Amino acid sequence: MHRLKTPQDLEAWRKVIKQDIDPDRPRLRVCGGTGCRSLGGPQLVDALQRALDGAGQSGQVEVVVTGCQGFCEQGPLVTVAPEEIAYQRVSPENAEAIISETIEAGRVVEELLYADPDNGHRSLRESEIPFYSHQTRRVMVLNGKIDPRRVEDYLASGGYQALSKALVQLEPEGIIEEVIRSGLRGRGGAGFPTGVKWKLCRREPGDIKYVICNADEGDPGAFMDRSLLEANPHSVIEGMIVGARAIGAKEGFIYVRSEYPLAVETLGIALAQARECGLLGRDILGSGFDFDIQLRLGAGAFVCGEETALMASIEGRPGEPRPRPPYPAQSGLWGQPTNINNVKSWASVPLIIANGAEWFAEVGTESSKGTAIFSMVGKINNTGLVEVPMGISLRELVFDVGGGIPGGKAFKAVQIGGPSGGCIPAKHLDTPIDYDSLTNLGAIMGSGGLVITDETTCMVDLARYFMNFVQQESCGQCLPCRWGTQVMLDTLTRICDGQGQPGDIETLERLAKTVKVASLCGLGQTAPNPVLSTLRHFRAEYEAHVYEGRCPAGVCRGLITYEIDPEVCTGCMVCARNCSVGAITGEKKQPHMIDPELCTRCGLCMQVCKFNGVTVH
Amino acid sequence: MTYSIIDDARVILAGHTNGESSLLAMLEEVQGRHRYLPRDVLILISERLDIPLSQVYSVATFYNAFSLEPKGCHRFQVCTGTACHVRGAMQVLDRLETQLGIQAGQTSADLEYTLETVNCLGACALGPVVVANGSYSRHMTASQVDRLLRRIKRDA
Repeated sequence: MHRLKTPQDLEAWRKVIKQDIDPDRPRLRVCGGTGCRSLGGPQLVDALQRALDGAGQSGQVEVVVTGCQGFCEQGPLVTVAPEEIAYQRVSPENAEAIISETIEAGRVVEELLYADPDNGHRSLRESEIPFYSHQTRRVMVLNGKIDPRRVEDYLASGGYQALSKALVQLEPEGIIEEVIRSGLRGRGGAGFPTGVKWKLCRREPGDIKYVICNADEGDPGAFMDRSLLEANPHSVIEGMIVGARAIGAKEGFIYVRSEYPLAVETLGIALAQARECGLLGRDILGSGFDFDIQLRLGAGAFVCGEETALMASIEGRPGEPRPRPPYPAQSGLWGQPTNINNVKSWASVPLIIANGAEWFAEVGTESSKGTAIFSMVGKINNTGLVEVPMGISLRELVFDVGGGIPGGKAFKAVQIGGPSGGCIPAKHLDTPIDYDSLTNLGAIMGSGGLVITDETTCMVDLARYFMNFVQQESCGQCLPCRWGTQVMLDTLTRICDGQGQPGDIETLERLAKTVKVASLCGLGQTAPNPVLSTLRHFRAEYEAHVYEGRCPAGVCRGLITYEIDPEVCTGCMVCARNCSVGAITGEKKQPHMIDPELCTRCGLCMQVCKFNGVTVH
Repeated sequence: MTYSIIDDARVILAGHTNGESSLLAMLEEVQGRHRYLPRDVLILISERLDIPLSQVYSVATFYNAFSLEPKGCHRFQVCTGTACHVRGAMQVLDRLETQLGIQAGQTSADLEYTLETVNCLGACALGPVVVANGSYSRHMTASQVDRLLRRIKRDA
């Protein structure tokens, strides 16, 4: 690896790398993100390699393991370059066919192409698949295109150009001005203007300052940061170096969840490479600027995503938040001025510096510039990672990009922003997605977790789920959060168990307001949001639980019964054999019965019945 | 057994040079290698870093990733992230609790099985997800739990 001493060295090396790349050489890009890996990605890579060896093609064809390409639902994904043929749900058994058909004979393996669920139409390339064609990939443009373990790949795609510019052409104030002009707002969820935050930190007196990348992506159902770190770690590192130069920091930290082992590994490799080529360390590219980054692992505490708790954790203490002010910009890590940004904010910085603020701001709305990255999960056909312009409507996102709701079920709501966020019901589907519109509806942009629910999701149960989550994750320092969330959880649990009493809903509302106002940190201050927002949009569902003893979605166990339809039941006995509590009785070839006293409402009988003979009431 | 863990912990501790701020990283490494934090290791760390044992204990008990009790040979993690939850993770967890005879967060008396829940593994397309001894099982249902358990018992 080259040790780069000047920006000219960097450009010279980039030129060499680019010259070495033969654009016509066949390449198999296999997605190595967490989703595709757990679907058998590594076995697939081995099988492809074996098939290439067998065909004597291993010297000619390169197998590249990329980071997350985004379309997790269809994994494992393989793209054949240079034709860019997009194969999906590829198993190791398909490896031979890909090599013999596509690589050797130049034919497409039809059955591995994406098929439109509506009309069966097959798409040859990514760009023809609706999931991709409705996206605007900017921050994620290299996801799935490069090998995240090779800094050379990032350089060949224009990487570290922004760094050169920031070190040579721009003064620190100039960098900050550019970021302010771009209109970039914090992608961690709160939406504070990133450049302004940098300016505040730069203005603070003191020689020791820190920058931190918050990669403690704790919102359940969100994996944007993980995917970026897995797919393009150098973009985050580059952003941090540029930011550190602007702010005047010499040390940086990336605080990443330990639940993301692959991201941790990829980051470790990327940091070592950056150090080896002199992009981190002393006198970066001969500019006289010193900066290095340390990796710190979280240990499974959601509250550490809160910036003051995160800093406590880096210092080696329990992740307990403290009141602000002082803000981290004034007194952060070890009492020094500190700037914390989210992974996606840092990854946006190189794009802004390299392409200019105007380029960045040409996408988006008046108050929310650029693109937004979401992980779309739950009751949706195209689970995956998407990047769309700010201001796109929820309808476009859910139905065009996401492909709608599976099983012909009706869309109910999206839950956005995780345990701090809220839900948006069907009647607001045409709302543009930007910071301000979402806040007006009682939700938040959040870090980008988007959970889609359908008619079989109970909103009271969902609110209980989030309350249980924050209750468990409350650090316990302040009473409103520690005890308030407990009482709210108890109340919600009672309602879900069918023990709700008149007044419970009002208790929830009253407590929610207190917890919001009186809690110490963001976790407690936003904890009641899922309850308030489901109450706002789905109050009737709460009332059905409390006053009618009914769960309209058929989810809450205390309020439902399972029955076997004697007309449909064939007496095959599968359900009786599977029932772990022996609640199902009946003779062979005779309709069966469920004893509601014994039944635990686990729903297994419904799952195993091949004749749809079990119904829920 | 504890003695070999202590020896190993000495090696781990020697690799950390950032003083007090290494505490979390030290605990993570010991936990990762031995799946729990023995009392003697906590004492060793407190001596090595010259900080009160109570401080080590407070960190060790604050974070979910740490355990002061030994874990079972087979570790089941049920993802209870939102995506898995709306797709029926609780039924999957229920089935595992029934079949293993332990509650989430517990280890069986014979130290064979540990059942845990995790908040989100970020593998939402595969939900509900169960990670058994590090390997992911996707789109789990209660009946697939039985199949998974049979396979693990057979392989053991």
